[in-house]
Amino acid sequence: MTGRASWPAAVAAFLVAVSACGGSSAASAQTDVGITSDSILLGNTIAQSGPAAAYGTIANAENAYFTYVNGSGGVNGRKIKFTILDDAYNPAQAVPLTKQLVEQNQVFAMFSGLGTETQTAVRDYLNTQKVPQLFVATGATTFGADYSSHSWTLGWQPPYQGEARIYAKDILANHASAKIGVLYQNDDYGQDYLKGLKDGLGSNASMIVDSESYDVTAAASSLASQLSKLKASGADTLFIFATPGFSIPALVITTKLGWSPQIYLNSVSAPQVYMGIAAKSGAALTNVTSVGYIKDPTDPQWTNDAGMMLYRQVIANCSTCNAQDGFNIYGVAVAYTMVDVLKQAGSNLTRANVMKIAATELNETNPFLLPGVTVNTTSSDHFPIMQEQVETWSNNAWHLQGSLINERGTL
Amino acid sequence: MQEFLQQVVSGLATGGIFASLALALVLIYNAMGLVNFAQGEMAMFATFIALVLIDHGLSYWIALPLTLVIAFAGGVVIQRVVIRPVERAPVLTLVIVTLGLATLVNGMAGFLFGYVPRSFPTPFSASTVNILGALASYQDLGVIAVSGVVLVLIYLLLQRTTLGLALRAASHHPDASRLLGIRVSWMLALGWGLASAVGAVSGMLAAPILLLQPNMMQTVIIYAFAAAVLGGIESPLGAVVGGLIVGVTVNLAGAYVPGVGGDLQLAVAFAIIIAVLIVKPNGLFGTASLRRV
Amino acid sequence: MRRLQQSPARYALLVVALILFVGLPTVVTSFQSAEWTQVLIFAVAIMGLNILVGYSGQISLGHGAFMALGAYTTAILVHRYNVDYLATIPIAGLLTGIVGFFLGIPALRLSALYLALATFALAVITPSLIKRPEQLTGGVRGIEILPPQPPDFANSAFTAVTGGPAMTSDQWLYYVCLVIALVLFWLAWNLVRRRPGRALRAIRDGEVAAAAFGVNIAGYKTLAFGISAFYAGIAGSLYGLTIGFVSPDTFPVALSIQILVGAVIGGLASVPGPVLGGIVTFWLPIVSNQFVGSQDWIPAQVASVFKNAGPAVSYGALLILIMIFAPRGLFGLIVSAYTWLQRRVRGAAERGTGHAPPDPQTV
Repeated sequence: MTGRASWPAAVAAFLVAVSACGGSSAASAQTDVGITSDSILLGNTIAQSGPAAAYGTIANAENAYFTYVNGSGGVNGRKIKFTILDDAYNPAQAVPLTKQLVEQNQVFAMFSGLGTETQTAVRDYLNTQKVPQLFVATGATTFGADYSSHSWTLGWQPPYQGEARIYAKDILANHASAKIGVLYQNDDYGQDYLKGLKDGLGSNASMIVDSESYDVTAAASSLASQLSKLKASGADTLFIFATPGFSIPALVITTKLGWSPQIYLNSVSAPQVYMGIAAKSGAALTNVTSVGYIKDPTDPQWTNDAGMMLYRQVIANCSTCNAQDGFNIYGVAVAYTMVDVLKQAGSNLTRANVMKIAATELNETNPFLLPGVTVNTTSSDHFPIMQEQVETWSNNAWHLQGSLINERGTL
Repeated sequence: MQEFLQQVVSGLATGGIFASLALALVLIYNAMGLVNFAQGEMAMFATFIALVLIDHGLSYWIALPLTLVIAFAGGVVIQRVVIRPVERAPVLTLVIVTLGLATLVNGMAGFLFGYVPRSFPTPFSASTVNILGALASYQDLGVIAVSGVVLVLIYLLLQRTTLGLALRAASHHPDASRLLGIRVSWMLALGWGLASAVGAVSGMLAAPILLLQPNMMQTVIIYAFAAAVLGGIESPLGAVVGGLIVGVTVNLAGAYVPGVGGDLQLAVAFAIIIAVLIVKPNGLFGTASLRRV
Repeated sequence: MRRLQQSPARYALLVVALILFVGLPTVVTSFQSAEWTQVLIFAVAIMGLNILVGYSGQISLGHGAFMALGAYTTAILVHRYNVDYLATIPIAGLLTGIVGFFLGIPALRLSALYLALATFALAVITPSLIKRPEQLTGGVRGIEILPPQPPDFANSAFTAVTGGPAMTSDQWLYYVCLVIALVLFWLAWNLVRRRPGRALRAIRDGEVAAAAFGVNIAGYKTLAFGISAFYAGIAGSLYGLTIGFVSPDTFPVALSIQILVGAVIGGLASVPGPVLGGIVTFWLPIVSNQFVGSQDWIPAQVASVFKNAGPAVSYGALLILIMIFAPRGLFGLIVSAYTWLQRRVRGAAERGTGHAPPDPQTV
């Protein structure tokens, strides 16, 4: 009914649009969905309730860093608006929430989504929609390895399999006749670590004499069953691939069983704060090795470190964050990389360009990571962080050993 | 043989934790014929309160009785406010209310205290003692010992005092009890208060071993259900014996039964529940009851 | 026609609701259609649980396990055996229904409390049971289901009505779920109105008396379990298709609790109750997590409590409040309000004749 009368208006609108396009294509200033003249919209889903809620603080720490950056003027004049939604670690919630962020909130990119199952569930959708799925908060190796089929997805932290290969290298170099027992959490996390260990040992995989799994529904004290089986198998080396709620009791129970194997503890459970709880509860912690790539806030050697002082300043923006929690410095570190990528995009703030920079042109020194660790991607390597350093526990602290080990090119 | 013995001893240790929570479940059942799905969460919350008290400088031995008193009061308040309005409602309503309570308490704990696991002090030392070649820590033995003491106290209360008699009478025959002058409603409140206090003990025993965090008791309560069902849901002795048996069975099944691994420990507890309910629904020490129509 | 005249309000309401649901995707975004699809799926699952809990009086806290069975059936058939996804839906339902029927047999021996305990434990171990047969279920890696594309006839019809872009997968799935939900609700309505429904209610309200009347208790109770599981299986199958992914952590114990909450809040032993329940179940976490925080008129402290305390506190508090103040759920509240209104309006007239107003609960 209004069609006839409004066609002059339509023509006028068309002319305006054409001239606007013409104007913007001359300069290289381009924007995309989720970018306004003064803001960049980022989206995230993470577990903030339910059994995995301990991870939820990561998003709050990331937001703290964005608040800090916004306070200093933002990224090239734009402030970052970070929308965090609670998916309770459940893919059935992550999928609709991610769709909401993309289709309703119209975010520019998804950042630091947490959980292997949840991020796998949304991966195809985001890649089909060509929305960047940046720096997922999981070490599942698949996120870096599948770049060729999912070029809009990128991890950040060292993949679990890479970390386990470093343990394998260390064992083959220093304890070549070890008999290995493995205690692992029966989920993607624990299974990924175990695979990395087996692959890293290669033809020596028979060094593993026994492996026992446990489900997250176990009462932690029942781990005594798995651990005494491992002890009885004759293992003299114990790998613990567990989250802190289980690794701490595992360390205590191992001591309680009168067993003192060489222990390899995965990095997620290594923060000093957890080791402290284990020690107080009776764990001997005489021979524990782990790897690290990120500075531990409770480590006295970083007290006057510039990066650590910046971290403390940043984390003060988050009222619910415990500054000593290793998860929080992780959040700040990955947020640093995100801001770095946005800055590098300059005035070409399109999804494609940001993705290109993140996945193939990253070359960053991050003040929150161990000295020497670089955040690097190239056209053939899409694992941003692949260096870790072996550390051993003594005198109530972790002590870095040797130098950084580089796992690049092995996965 | 050595390892088998260790599995059994470790199972007894874990079973002690299940037993302590099962005692609270049995108390509630004795008071009102209902299993409280929120028992574990209430126990966890009470333990957090204890931690707050200790963090504020109180010594463990002052915080402990104070927490028991607070837990008792909390149990009474919950019964008066949440349970009493639906006292006479069908089982389903009560189950849903306790489920709602469990969700609420768990959410509040997460909101107030965060999800990072925390250590909790214990008066028992962590050093180990050798039992026929198997090792257990004084902590583990302490859990079993304290559960035994609580068991004796509950038994004495229920079977040897007038108050206990009134409690049981109010639960089994509320109308007759009213005629005898028993304040039935307050007996129920008392039952809830006691159960809450026993739960607090359980939480404070478990926290040093399981680490204190809002989800600490989420699966322990299922093991405790299995213990209570196995032992006979009205019998405090059954709760303790049941707890120990569940602990040992879970360990042995996971370690020795082919096809069952460490990852199916909770499924073993589920199997115990089903097996008992089908074969001997009244458990080891329960008495069969007639349903009059 | 006469029925329409006798109770115009109820049937008019039904027609209006139907028009709303059918027309929804033409006026809202594809994403919003996807949200309402989830509401429909929950409504189906809740209807199933309602038959068991509301009508036959047996408690199940483990319906998430049935949904998992349905979802994985569809996922495995589609992903591994290339079965047409539409065909897998009834297969998933039937398989789950049969399993439910057989599970109903041992359930007969359990009193209400023990049944609640046993099903609750089942819900908690569901993820670990799924992880076990890794070859079949894909273990923790889960199974992906590609989003089904709308067939041409649907696409043409949809674009003809909206005059807009092509129909999305989400919009097509909405209609698939809507048709299935309508069929299943119609089935349930017939079930409860006729003999099976009466038998179930007789059993629920007084088992011994029902037995004395010759009702086959065991038969009806296990049948209720089977039908209830059938509904949950279909809901699970649709759940898997619309999410596009199934994995062990997609079916935590929280899902079973959610369905029970929905059934209770919506209103047990009613046919419209599950729809209300589905709406609450789906929207409550979103409202408490997102909506409250975005409203400026709510003080920041209150809003942050809602956001940080999470849906858990809202669910828990709501559950308790509803059970205490409105045990017949939202639908019960609506019916009570309607009755009260009716009495006020007609009371004056009826007081003269001595007739009581008709009972709106005769469904």
